[in-house]
Amino acid sequence: MERQAALLLLADGRLPAGGYAHSGGLEPAVTAGRVADMAGLEKFLIGRAETAGLIASAFAAAACARAAADDLSDLETLAVELDARTPSPELRKVSRDLGRQLRRAMSSIHPHPLFAALGDAPHQPIVMGVAAAVLGLGPRDAALAILHENNSGAAASAAKLMRVDPFDVHAILARMTTRLDALAGQAAVAAEGAPGDLPSPGAPLSDIAAEHHRRRDVRLFAS
Amino acid sequence: MYDSSRHNPAHGPIGAMSARAVLSSELGPKGSSRIGTLRSDGSLVLRKSNPKGPEPLARRRPDVARVALAAGTAGPLGGDDYALDILVGAGSTLVLQEVSAMLVLPGLGGAGSHMAISVTVEAGATFVWLAEPIIAAHRCNHRHDVRIALAPDARMFLREEMLLGRHGEAAGDFASRLRITRGGAALYDQQIDFGPASDGWGGAAVLGQNRAVGSVIAVDPDWTDAVPAALPYDETAALTPLAGPGVAIGAVAPDSLSLRRLLIRGVNELAPPWAT
Repeated sequence: MERQAALLLLADGRLPAGGYAHSGGLEPAVTAGRVADMAGLEKFLIGRAETAGLIASAFAAAACARAAADDLSDLETLAVELDARTPSPELRKVSRDLGRQLRRAMSSIHPHPLFAALGDAPHQPIVMGVAAAVLGLGPRDAALAILHENNSGAAASAAKLMRVDPFDVHAILARMTTRLDALAGQAAVAAEGAPGDLPSPGAPLSDIAAEHHRRRDVRLFAS
Repeated sequence: MYDSSRHNPAHGPIGAMSARAVLSSELGPKGSSRIGTLRSDGSLVLRKSNPKGPEPLARRRPDVARVALAAGTAGPLGGDDYALDILVGAGSTLVLQEVSAMLVLPGLGGAGSHMAISVTVEAGATFVWLAEPIIAAHRCNHRHDVRIALAPDARMFLREEMLLGRHGEAAGDFASRLRITRGGAALYDQQIDFGPASDGWGGAAVLGQNRAVGSVIAVDPDWTDAVPAALPYDETAALTPLAGPGVAIGAVAPDSLSLRRLLIRGVNELAPPWAT
């Protein structure tokens, strides 16, 4: 319980790690006409949390557990496993772009030798896991931080993409808090197993939409 | 022959069946391939077969091992436990076809059904699996688990299609994982979950309103240096290069026929010997 403030720091969308430039797939979904109202937004966010969110949180938790034990020998395997769970090359790139930015931010905010050991382009969940460990947080905290950051970031982008009442958007986030807690718990349990057994729920429309989005001339968000 | 006492402990669900079929191919004379083991069991019926349509990689060649999987009974039904073990021996080519779609049904008492398919593709071997759709009928509860271990220089082509219920019915609970490793390292690992016990799949991030989801995975060691470029070729379909020498063609569609058409379009974006 003593590290709660560190968790808030890591999960805060104002952490200067580039998250604000991404809509978590909401912009492509709105452009394709698949999300048009609050009910659609809520279903989108739940689907995203249950798929990409669960994967990211399990990998963050796994990286955190390994970093906390000072054993980074598995990190390359984790990166390969995460690539295998991300069919879209665009989403693999986004994950590595965000990972690089998060590492840059954390190296400056709270320097630690582990950040340098992450290689050129580490995935965002893996950096999040290592950052959590460096701040004295546990695997479940790492899972919750990335779930919350990714979820609230996508929700916040709704204000720029759709006609929404911000209170309605936050009502969705409030309803999702129990779900995120449960997913973080699931991620922390999975993190104790072998990298190959980590969850791999797919999100076909997110992969397809991300590839369309990259090719659009006019877009507000990078992804 | 199927022997329920051998597979099915007395405490299993009433009427449940378990089956374990085995299939292997090996290199024969003059570079041809032949069937090594062909052991049907229970509902899993394996038969030698002939080309029945376009075939990526094998191109309807007569000298490859060709086997069709047919269903000996309805199902799988709730409580059933099926396993299919496949070995594609070094240098051989195995084409696995399916006779019909697989309809997954609920069983008595709501027990879950499970099907585990394990494939090992040895050095220089080629595995082509043209699966027919799996239909998750209303109130079914099924877990499908496919594991494929490829040698670093093995080739593979597979198609998987899943339908969310029969026409006009809501889907049952269904989870399907496809995990492909190459030289022991993960290349592709995706699970699809839907049905009343899962959340979020009906949203725009996962399947939306679609009733059919599928993919084609192609692996070719010749792509090690240059894997085909990403191509979103339809609003609901894209060809994507994997992080290794493989591509995934993913699509969602309102029905089975439009899903198949989308996947064929995706395959035709690849050059021969894939396109047919």
